[in-house]
Amino acid sequence: MLGWLQQLGHRGLSFFERLGRGHLLLLALLRGVPPLVLRPLLVVQQVYAIGVLSLLIIVVSGTFVGMVLGLQLYNTLVDFGAEASLGPVIALTLVRELGPVVTALLFAGRAGSALTAEIGLMKATEQLSGMEMMAVDPVRRVLAPRFLGGVIAMPLLAAIFSLVGVYGGYFVGVGLLGVDEGSYWSQMQSLVDFDDDLMNGVIKSVVFGVVVTWIAVFEGNDAVPTSEGVSRATTRTVVHSSLAVLGLDFVLTALMFGVD
Amino acid sequence: MMQARIVEIWVGVFVAAGLAALFMLAMQVSNLTVVGDDKGYTIKARFENVSGLKVRSPVTVAGVRVGRVTAIDFDTQSFQAVVSMSIGSNYDQLPVDTSASVLTSGLVGEKYIGLDPGGDMDVLKDGGEITLTQSTLVLEQMIGKFLFDKAESGKE
Repeated sequence: MLGWLQQLGHRGLSFFERLGRGHLLLLALLRGVPPLVLRPLLVVQQVYAIGVLSLLIIVVSGTFVGMVLGLQLYNTLVDFGAEASLGPVIALTLVRELGPVVTALLFAGRAGSALTAEIGLMKATEQLSGMEMMAVDPVRRVLAPRFLGGVIAMPLLAAIFSLVGVYGGYFVGVGLLGVDEGSYWSQMQSLVDFDDDLMNGVIKSVVFGVVVTWIAVFEGNDAVPTSEGVSRATTRTVVHSSLAVLGLDFVLTALMFGVD
Repeated sequence: MMQARIVEIWVGVFVAAGLAALFMLAMQVSNLTVVGDDKGYTIKARFENVSGLKVRSPVTVAGVRVGRVTAIDFDTQSFQAVVSMSIGSNYDQLPVDTSASVLTSGLVGEKYIGLDPGGDMDVLKDGGEITLTQSTLVLEQMIGKFLFDKAESGKE
């Protein structure tokens, strides 16, 4: 009984310890971001590794998500004779929800796991401590550029996802199923609001970018420096950032659209 | 060195594509292209019933959108709804005897305000009020009335 209580206490303490370390790291990362103005190449390389290399999966998933939305919604809407509303429904779904959320989930799987594995291996092979030995701050040299790169790449990827999805829906709805092209675009333009819908989607994607990259960088930096530790950290990155994205999405949606 | 250049070019393409996607979304998907409502002038109208009308609903003249509903308030003195609407500044020739009605686009579409210009020489100014208004047609009331009339005429 006592052992069980002790274990519970230990778990709780280590949870709060990790939480504290995570926030301290976030603080250090934010402090490490401004000096990067002097070394933009570091960030550019990370935007390449995180953003450009994720482009393919984002474009492909965006197209198919849009196409499936077009097909499913058409079949539902046509029962009500409202297939002309296909455009706004697809656009609102993508811009408000699916764009930021699905991109963030793919981002966590594609870029977040890679970030954790890379940083974790750097730690396991003592590259990070090597840097400290040479009086190079690994937070500024290694972690902050990756953090900033992720935060830059995520909203751009989400925007590309939404746009590609809208065109995927256009292809299926207008091209294959015969929805009127004019009503697809014009209803979309009259019902999708720039501030209320598009900007809220962008805010969501920025928040998700910060959270996912933060978790990925933290897990990598906090990994037990063995091959098993790195593999666990990578799994944790994907699981935790996916859960964080889905949970935060509800909170953000409630804040943006729920309360008038 | 060559490698770094290619990386930089790709990042440039990526950032440009991302920003272009945002721009396209703003222009093609959302209604950013019809801004200009903000620097318009505001007029008010009192209605008996505005059920279904929302803030940001369109205000039209002859089917052309000229502005938006900016606020819907309730007057506790007269028990009427006071609808404030912002009209684009290039539509400043509306006569003072313009009438406003709450209309529905299609059978189940969204509610909007239709303005019907009168013939007066004076035009509505910022803060002006439309006095001739017609409320929402509440479908339940209409059906009730119709059934009632039917029943009445059936008696004779």
